[in-house]
Amino acid sequence: MLFSGFMLTVPISLEQGLAYALVALGIVITFRVLAFPDLTVDGSFPLGAAVTARLITMNVDPLLSILAAVLGGFLAGCCTGLLNTRLRINSLLSGILMMTILYSLNLRIMGRSNIQLLTVDTFLTPLENLDMNRFIPMIGFFFLVAFAFKILTDLFLHTQKGLAMRATGDNEQMIRTLGVNTDNMTVLGLGISNAFVALSGSLVAQSQGFADVGMGIGMIVIGLASIIIGESLVGVRTGKKSVMRLTIAALVGSVVYKFIIAVGLRMGLAPTDLKLATGIMVILALGLPALKGGREGKLHLRGV
Amino acid sequence: MVRLEGLRKVFKKGTIDEKTAMDGLNLHVEEGDFVTVIGSNGAGKTTMLNLISGTFPPDEGEIYINGDNVTHLPEHRRAGYLGRIFQDPLMGTASSMTIEENLAMADLRGQSRGLTWGVKKARREHYRETLKMLDLGLENRLKDSVSLLSGGQRQSLTLLMATLSMPKLLLLDEHTAALDPKTADLVMELTEKIVAENRLTTIMVTHNMNQAIKHGNVMIMLHEGKLKFDIQGQAKSSLTVEEVVKRFGGELKDEALLC
Repeated sequence: MLFSGFMLTVPISLEQGLAYALVALGIVITFRVLAFPDLTVDGSFPLGAAVTARLITMNVDPLLSILAAVLGGFLAGCCTGLLNTRLRINSLLSGILMMTILYSLNLRIMGRSNIQLLTVDTFLTPLENLDMNRFIPMIGFFFLVAFAFKILTDLFLHTQKGLAMRATGDNEQMIRTLGVNTDNMTVLGLGISNAFVALSGSLVAQSQGFADVGMGIGMIVIGLASIIIGESLVGVRTGKKSVMRLTIAALVGSVVYKFIIAVGLRMGLAPTDLKLATGIMVILALGLPALKGGREGKLHLRGV
Repeated sequence: MVRLEGLRKVFKKGTIDEKTAMDGLNLHVEEGDFVTVIGSNGAGKTTMLNLISGTFPPDEGEIYINGDNVTHLPEHRRAGYLGRIFQDPLMGTASSMTIEENLAMADLRGQSRGLTWGVKKARREHYRETLKMLDLGLENRLKDSVSLLSGGQRQSLTLLMATLSMPKLLLLDEHTAALDPKTADLVMELTEKIVAENRLTTIMVTHNMNQAIKHGNVMIMLHEGKLKFDIQGQAKSSLTVEEVVKRFGGELKDEALLC
């Protein structure tokens, strides 16, 4: 009984982990590539869900409503970038401002705090109606999406523009003297990152059957926990293949995080304590090296 | 080639910390000149380089490079004109990226960057050939992270990056000061070689009087944001440290300059 219970957590955490992997991938772009601690995520995740839910219930084509969500996330990220680069508002505060603004915006978009999607056809409905265990097509679909975006991110970060974006996070002064407008790079990177996050929000809303204005709360901490777990499992380094390692760490970390949470819930962790547990997990991951090794032992993770 | 006209820059204007860093500087650098710049701390050497490369705009005055007025161009849009190397070896390269990625970024100095492959196969051979000139074995380490290199290796790489796309002007900001003497000599030798081979117009700020006298065809001294003297040609090549100290010892409060 107990064993079969644990076995059930595997497909659940695979599906959820892969669905949320795009959030972790987005956070890799901001925190790790740009070294920009972007908190917009808590707002752009429900933004993606809200846009898709509202449009689908208005009988807009599901694919089109997903694209609208992605565009919305992109614009939200760009706004954070503009607050920081044009108005010179501190990076953390820029994200907090956008996150707060998006809360009201999401309520406006949905017209209420919650839209259910169980009785309408979504993009995922054809997959759910297949004649097999729901998990198989869902896990397959989310795996393909997560992996496709991982590859796309890898490719992009090795283009001329991608190199300039990585250098913006690494050594802004240097790449500016080589003629790159680093402000534009920051705005673009934040846009792409939040487009990923909004896509994740859109897909998660469709797979769980509802969009809720509160579904983004704590998303940034969940994403951070995921990439920290992933990085410790995959191992990160600089130089050759550094990007591929970061993106695969996001995918792996996201799945493992969901698995840890699922096991925790099975063992009696109250769902209401999830965010507390996640927060403590991140604090331990970031803080333990400092406690063990004194000042020098502090983890020097970009953007954290 | 480079013309600075009546440059003025005041920092923290209107506060008790007000500091006039540049006080009506005029300077004319001819094409192919190698200018060495000396002066004590706070004389305005680095401010001058910052103004030329556009880190901040001047309060008054005009800056021309190659006949174009660049006074109000932002830093990233001046990149096509100039390459710059800083004192800190960490500042010239992106340390988490590979050697070839750093070179590829420098290859596109001042150009727009698209969605084509960052490090192109055809260019990789060229990078390998160019790296051979450094004689540091870096040509076999194209895919190594720059963070693995020593300070001297990084500064040599920076020098190569600054000149890879043939800028019109090379700015050196005490670029050997943070290196140990032996490495500093190597990097300086390399600088001479690259500047001579490519006939680059160069402005080199240095704290080392010997270096300033030994290299270049023009030597200028800044004092309190103004040009104190310039020596060129024959007079420059026969200059000695003692002579400079005798004539301008009063202004040279900075002892580091004399060693």
